[in-house]
Amino acid sequence: MKKAIAISSGAAALCLMVTPLLAEPDDDSLVINEELQMVTETEAPDHLEYVNTIYSGWRFRTDETQALQLDDFDNPAMLTVDAAIDAFNTVDGSEGKSCASCHAGPEDFAGLTASMPKVIDGKLVVMEDLLNNHRAKAMGAEPWKWSGQEMQGMVALIGLQSRGMPVDVAIDGEAAPFWEKGKEIYYTRYGQLELSCANCHEDNYGNMIRADHLSQGQINGFPTYRLKQAKLISKHNRFRGCIRDTRAETFAEGSDEFRALELYVQSRGNGLSVETPAVRQ
Amino acid sequence: MKKLLFVAATAAVTALPIHADTVAPTNVAFSDGAVSGSLTGVAGDPAEGRILMNKGSGNCIACHAVSALDDLPFHGEIGPPLDGVADRWSEAELRGIIANAKEMFPETMMPSFYKTTGFVRPGNAYTGKAAEGELDPLLTAQQVEDVVAYLLTLKE
Repeated sequence: MKKAIAISSGAAALCLMVTPLLAEPDDDSLVINEELQMVTETEAPDHLEYVNTIYSGWRFRTDETQALQLDDFDNPAMLTVDAAIDAFNTVDGSEGKSCASCHAGPEDFAGLTASMPKVIDGKLVVMEDLLNNHRAKAMGAEPWKWSGQEMQGMVALIGLQSRGMPVDVAIDGEAAPFWEKGKEIYYTRYGQLELSCANCHEDNYGNMIRADHLSQGQINGFPTYRLKQAKLISKHNRFRGCIRDTRAETFAEGSDEFRALELYVQSRGNGLSVETPAVRQ
Repeated sequence: MKKLLFVAATAAVTALPIHADTVAPTNVAFSDGAVSGSLTGVAGDPAEGRILMNKGSGNCIACHAVSALDDLPFHGEIGPPLDGVADRWSEAELRGIIANAKEMFPETMMPSFYKTTGFVRPGNAYTGKAAEGELDPLLTAQQVEDVVAYLLTLKE
């Protein structure tokens, strides 16, 4: 349910802004591998002003798409995750090291994704930054391309170690100015179509826009396997696609703007389960 | 195939130079959100308007349901259904809402279809790159008139 939307311009504006029927997400329950109960619906974090309940994007998808995430043997993202396990153990770069030279295994990172992005040494850092920093400094290896399958497979593998844990990113203290910047981006109406993230994903989630069932735009399932593109999709790639579709000049993947937006959008999902690698349409 | 040719022919017609009497996007006179005079002086064609409801930069049914267009799939739920819209709004009001709905409803999500300035990070169509030079409006002046003409047929 949405909180009553405060509109100053009166009832006339309401009839153009809000649809009379409020289509809700479905009532399905997500249990992965018949044992891992996921939280796909919970009370919204306190900082959300206009939304009472937050939902995973899984709840807005068709039964056919939902089914692909119920069992890891059916989840098409797992091929890329398996490749990341191999990469974890493969030496790369001038120092003759692999990830496994320093880290016993991916499971060492349980809980990390649930708290990302976070501020480290005054900089807002996302998982892709951590991976490329370690590749450069510890391994002497070339950076991975932001949305490439090597990078996103490893982001998903690290994220998988937190699957089922609640998203819990900090938005106060050092994170506050980055979070405020991300919030400003979220509510800015970009491009010739003048659309903000909030227009679709806060004011209209549950409604159809043409053939698309609008979700809340939660990113707890990212990197997510997108059937349309048949590969793992990064958060920043999805941000870029949405802003492009407003007929705007987008921000770049790996830009400070998208880091800030990632922190803000992730914080809108505080309390949902980490779901990566999810499967979407 | 027939349909494709028809659309191509339409595009060729709308690409003709702007008529001298055409009101420029920056010169539209709104009064309480309505635009009383035609933008072109040429009567709108409801058949062309019907096509724009579903295609191109019109794509009205992406957000609005229209029973008279039930032959087309996937009507949206974002804006109000347009059945009977001609009973609720005058021609001038419909023209104003299509040209720039924010004149009447400042907070509306509806894009402004005959506006070329005042955007944040305007892009070069759907490329994600920055716009080069002046933007074209989403609909030409005549296309706005065509959509108005079609909407005026939607009576309960």
